[in-house]
Amino acid sequence: MTYCKRGTEGLIYLEDGTLLRGCGFGAKGVRYGEVVFTTAMNGYPESMTDPSYRGQILIITHPLVGNYGVPDPIVRNGILQNFESEKIQIEGLVVTEETDPSKWNSSKSLHQWMVEQGVPGVSSVDTRLLVKKVRTLGSMMGVIASGEQVEDPRKHIELRYDEIDFTRFTSPKSPIIHQNNSPDIIVLVDCGIKHGILEELYKTGFTIVRVPCKSSADEIMNYSPKGVVFGNGPGNPNILKDLVKNFSAVMEYKLPTLGICLGHQVATLALGGNVRKMKFGHRAINKPVTDVSNNKCYISTHNHGYGVYKEDIPPDTQIWFVNPDDGVVEGLIHKKFPLITTQFHPEARPGPNDTTWVFQKFKKMVIKDEGN
Amino acid sequence: MKGIKKVLVVGSGPIKIAEAAEFDYSGSQSLKAYREEGIETVLVNSNVATVQTSYGMTDKLYMVPVTWWSVEKVIEQERPDAIAIGFGGQTALNVGVDLYKRGILQKYGIRVLGTPIEGIEKALSREKFRETMIDVKIPVPPSFSAKSSEEALEKAEEIGYPVMVRVSFNLGGRGSTVAWDRESLRKSIDRAFSQSYIGEVLVEKYLHHWKELEYEVVRDSKGNSAVIACVENLDPMGVHTGESIVITPCQTLDNKELQEMRTLSMKVAESISLVGECNVQFALDPSSYTYYVIETNPRMSRSSALASKATGYPLAYVSAKLSLGYTLEEILNKVSGATCACFEPSLDYVVMKIPRWDLQKFEEVDTSLSTEMKSVGEIMSIGRSFEEALQKGLRMLDIGEPGVVGGRYYMSTAPKDDALKKLSKRIPYWPIWAAKAFKEGASVEEVYKVTGVDRFFLRKIENLVKTFEGIKGSKLDLEKLKYLKTLGFSDEQVAVAINSSEEEVWKVRSSNRILPNIKLIDTLAGEWPAVTNYLYLTYVGSEDDIELNSTGNNLLIVGAGGFRIGVSVEFDWGVVELMKASLKYFDQVAVLNYNPETVSTDWDVTRKLYFDEISAERVLDIVNKEKYTYVATFAGGQLGNNIAKKLEERGVKLFGTSGSSVDMAEDREKFSKLLDKLGIKQPEWISARDSGEIRKFVDQVGFPVLVRPSYVLSGSSMSIVRSEQELEEVIQRARLSTRYPVVISKFLENAFEAEVDAVSDGKGVIGVVMEHVEEAGVHSGDSTMSIPTRKITPVVQDLKKISLTLAREIGVKGPFNLQFVIKDNMPYVIEMNLRASRSMPFSSKAKGVNLMEMAVKGILQGLDLDEFMEPESKSWAVKSPQFSWTQLKDSYPFLGPEMRSTGEAASLGTSFYDALLKSWLSCSPNRLPKQGKIALVYGKENIDSLREAGQNLERYGLTVNTLDFAEISGFDVVNPEDALSLIRKGQVDLVVTNGYMKNLDYNIRRTTVDLNIPIILNGRLAKEVSHAMSLNEMTFYEIRRYGGGI
Repeated sequence: MTYCKRGTEGLIYLEDGTLLRGCGFGAKGVRYGEVVFTTAMNGYPESMTDPSYRGQILIITHPLVGNYGVPDPIVRNGILQNFESEKIQIEGLVVTEETDPSKWNSSKSLHQWMVEQGVPGVSSVDTRLLVKKVRTLGSMMGVIASGEQVEDPRKHIELRYDEIDFTRFTSPKSPIIHQNNSPDIIVLVDCGIKHGILEELYKTGFTIVRVPCKSSADEIMNYSPKGVVFGNGPGNPNILKDLVKNFSAVMEYKLPTLGICLGHQVATLALGGNVRKMKFGHRAINKPVTDVSNNKCYISTHNHGYGVYKEDIPPDTQIWFVNPDDGVVEGLIHKKFPLITTQFHPEARPGPNDTTWVFQKFKKMVIKDEGN
Repeated sequence: MKGIKKVLVVGSGPIKIAEAAEFDYSGSQSLKAYREEGIETVLVNSNVATVQTSYGMTDKLYMVPVTWWSVEKVIEQERPDAIAIGFGGQTALNVGVDLYKRGILQKYGIRVLGTPIEGIEKALSREKFRETMIDVKIPVPPSFSAKSSEEALEKAEEIGYPVMVRVSFNLGGRGSTVAWDRESLRKSIDRAFSQSYIGEVLVEKYLHHWKELEYEVVRDSKGNSAVIACVENLDPMGVHTGESIVITPCQTLDNKELQEMRTLSMKVAESISLVGECNVQFALDPSSYTYYVIETNPRMSRSSALASKATGYPLAYVSAKLSLGYTLEEILNKVSGATCACFEPSLDYVVMKIPRWDLQKFEEVDTSLSTEMKSVGEIMSIGRSFEEALQKGLRMLDIGEPGVVGGRYYMSTAPKDDALKKLSKRIPYWPIWAAKAFKEGASVEEVYKVTGVDRFFLRKIENLVKTFEGIKGSKLDLEKLKYLKTLGFSDEQVAVAINSSEEEVWKVRSSNRILPNIKLIDTLAGEWPAVTNYLYLTYVGSEDDIELNSTGNNLLIVGAGGFRIGVSVEFDWGVVELMKASLKYFDQVAVLNYNPETVSTDWDVTRKLYFDEISAERVLDIVNKEKYTYVATFAGGQLGNNIAKKLEERGVKLFGTSGSSVDMAEDREKFSKLLDKLGIKQPEWISARDSGEIRKFVDQVGFPVLVRPSYVLSGSSMSIVRSEQELEEVIQRARLSTRYPVVISKFLENAFEAEVDAVSDGKGVIGVVMEHVEEAGVHSGDSTMSIPTRKITPVVQDLKKISLTLAREIGVKGPFNLQFVIKDNMPYVIEMNLRASRSMPFSSKAKGVNLMEMAVKGILQGLDLDEFMEPESKSWAVKSPQFSWTQLKDSYPFLGPEMRSTGEAASLGTSFYDALLKSWLSCSPNRLPKQGKIALVYGKENIDSLREAGQNLERYGLTVNTLDFAEISGFDVVNPEDALSLIRKGQVDLVVTNGYMKNLDYNIRRTTVDLNIPIILNGRLAKEVSHAMSLNEMTFYEIRRYGGGI
């Protein structure tokens, strides 16, 4: 057997038949999900609580994870400052080594946190081997087990990731209001919003109303918003027909609109473009995006398994950002409506703050629109 | 960028502490980047030992001093369109600023590539930097600048102690110091001022136990930037970053800290209009989100070389491209071959750097680490666990430690307090003391209190201790062995713990195929398929990233490892030249090395690179996994030779001379018998195990004798013993034992020393004979060498004959170096090394014959000679040693049989004196003294030469004074106090002395070097240099015009 510091074994299984045995940590249990990897070298509390990871087993490629532990949540104006949502969203975590923390503001270890939240983890497996599999064969379903015997891991895979609407788990049931200095309202369609986005929006000074993902255009317009934001969220945009329909309906009002990540994909679909599943997606905090209007290059945070390709952009839109490495469209600007979108995460968390100006740009759009 | 057809690249000159081989690497990369664009390159660099000073790297080469006046001469002839000053360390940057300030660049219409001079000045003046930071709202530590001692003391009171005093415009933190109270500040402040290039120091709040971090930033002319690495120092603030053990990526920062400082580092780059690369240093409070920017280096630096090797992102290459106007997005990431340079590397491994010190070679030197750099080299280790990287790293240092635990000190009976004391005094290599402290029961808190190292790392070290103690006496099972291997334990460590032998553990391991995996460094954590062969080995993982080669005729070259005194960039030259020369003979040539400063560890130069340990264990692992027809151990100096025998015993085929032949030359007894058999003279010697044997020998041969104690036991160095009393002291110190005998030999006084660098195929020899200016007794590495010979010319034929005889008798296949002492026209052999030598790049470049290329030819094809062939000299070549006395605080500057120089420079000339003067002036702080100033000439040895030197200096235009206790007749005598005061007042511009007089002249020598005043420590050298000064005839030609260069 492998030497395991917690005396627990664990395994990770990929659909192609790859089975790696290592050590278990976190909660005991068996979970399944789409297996994806992030190359971010820190920021695990943020990544693990990012609702966009719902339904996914996350591999972290950097070998040491947990070094600075997990802090107590800090909440300001109803917005989490150091997590992306209230709980761990991933189905399971795969790392090379789960470490014991040391940090002035750490309240618990990664292991303890995952125990509390009921999320299993596996360590002491060759994560690079897994990454190479995913890189070569594409994202696939997998099973993670910690401290439990698994006879036939295949039997644990119940549904395909692409077929599940995860937003019903990550979207709030009723509206949430973050009152601000300005009475002017921005409605945020929350399909599992990252608190980083909330925070950046809140910094614009507007009052933010988070409405459930399935809210209709009327429900949104009832708030008389000065602008609308379609945020990030988990899963396959192609099955979120209602959301796409609602987006189209909201567009009729020609309000300043910002789409981020899932919001960018939904906008693309609503406007007549296509969104395709990528081979293994972008999940990293080191990705370049080029603003094609001025050829400026930014380092940005990505977390998307679906993407818009150049040939798939909707009519009346122009490419705003592109990833110079693989040509994936990372942002759009509408030629007629005040709509801008980014596929990447300008709020970062975790990641570089080089593109937070996107929120300022949106703010200007809202103010300008008001002037009109 | 349009209109640039010719670029002048400024090198960093000879290696000194804080300016080392990393600039060979960065300079080479820049040359490559420029040449790729079809731009002609002109390199100015006097560092003959480098890889960059060859025509494979640059179109034109000027081996002249790297100073503004010398570079101006080159500019006059070459008329370059642009100058690159960002790849030769602080030396090149200073030259650039000088050329600009004197209007020379403007006069010749030369553009400065990369960051503009105004930006550089903002970064280099502490005050300007601070102002700039405050302007752009970047937090800096509370501090004030001061232009006088009084002002500094006053400001310190305002800030409150402890304070840190930093010097502007300096290298390696020279002259900066921590003062805990007014008294200690008063003591150090004058020295700080003397080090300041612009007469200004900074007094700032001392951030006790704060964390220190560095960010490496690239920025293009359009303002795009990316942060290539975050480097975390394990040592806290107060230990110079060059002295710190560091890890990358940063391990203990959360997203907020990492990103906020990252954003600021880009803002810093923007504020100095950076185009290219810079590093930005931060201090971070270990218990809050408070941080400050400390400084920036607007050029390639030691840390950027490290970051390049650690991440695979070629910073110097990219930086050179950016300096031509390219944007980050336009440059291809050469590692992935598919992505652009506008990205930030992600690592799926950790990298550590550990500095290498050689402080035991220096008398009186301050051995505790502080804000000034004293290390002479560094190693880089890669692992997929912290433990693996750290343990590998400690072995790579080649200081006799088998890892963090299980070494001599660890296994000793030293108590906890002793270990804690070593930690609190910041004695180099703290992980060893920390491990011992944990073993003796210290808590993490106790160790934290004295070190300030983050508890995260301390816990990991504590766990290594627990693991090691836990397996003591147990039986080994395979799963446990695998586990231990993931924590970086070597076979030797495992053997120590379970009372077995290293060979036994190795056998168990290899018969069960417990071998490390070969992983790829790809800058992208596996996200994209990489196209390079930049590899490391790890036990943390279960598959190899590469297809293992199992066929073909393949060569594995063992590198030189970490640099130290005596092993430096010259051996990297050997490795690179061997690699290049053997490419055409082999299907695959790979290099194994772990020194981040070097060209040989540039994956873009090496076809296949294992960045890993050099040990018998690791080489055997590699040949166990992949097919290598031969392993070459002769290019990288002694490190390879040390494992050659073991490799041969375990079935590895060595390239070139066999392991047993190497042994014949290196085993003193065997070699001595061989010399006797061949009738070749050698100084009489014995290997003594007790004082009786020593006395008997000394009675026979008489004083003086050369004593070489076993370093392992006594830690003391080689010395020349001239009296009963000295002999008594040495015997006391040497702690004689049968296991560690002392080697004593007759020392031949006033003799000449000469050496032969050569290659052989066992039949003929191609070689170069070199003569030392200093007499025998000064270590060859500290000597000034001349090609061709001057005074020993009558015996040159004898030296050649002896070389040929020995090469044939031993069966040398490949390079060798033979050292002679010549007394009364009679040569005595003192040493033979069957490997590349320190002087080989010099002898090769002086003659225009690449000896390493010849070595490969000799081994594989034969030399077609049956004699000793020496290529003709078309001019004079002189090599001079570079010392780093100033940096080695408190050390006593003197020359002896122990090597103490840190680097070397060479020049070619139309006469011996032309070459000598340029070569000597290439070494800092040497300069032509100002006429009218004083030269202080005194000494106890080489009196006649010293007198002649004094007369030459008078002729040159100096006033010569001598000292009452070591008077040289014919000059005005001053007493030591007056002399010291003249030195302090800046009236003395040169000190010339000879001999060891520590009790009498410590303050004089020390003050001289502290104030950067040139000092010559040998009479014979002084005589020649002073003569050269009085002639003052220097030529500045491209080296092909002297008939040199390779």
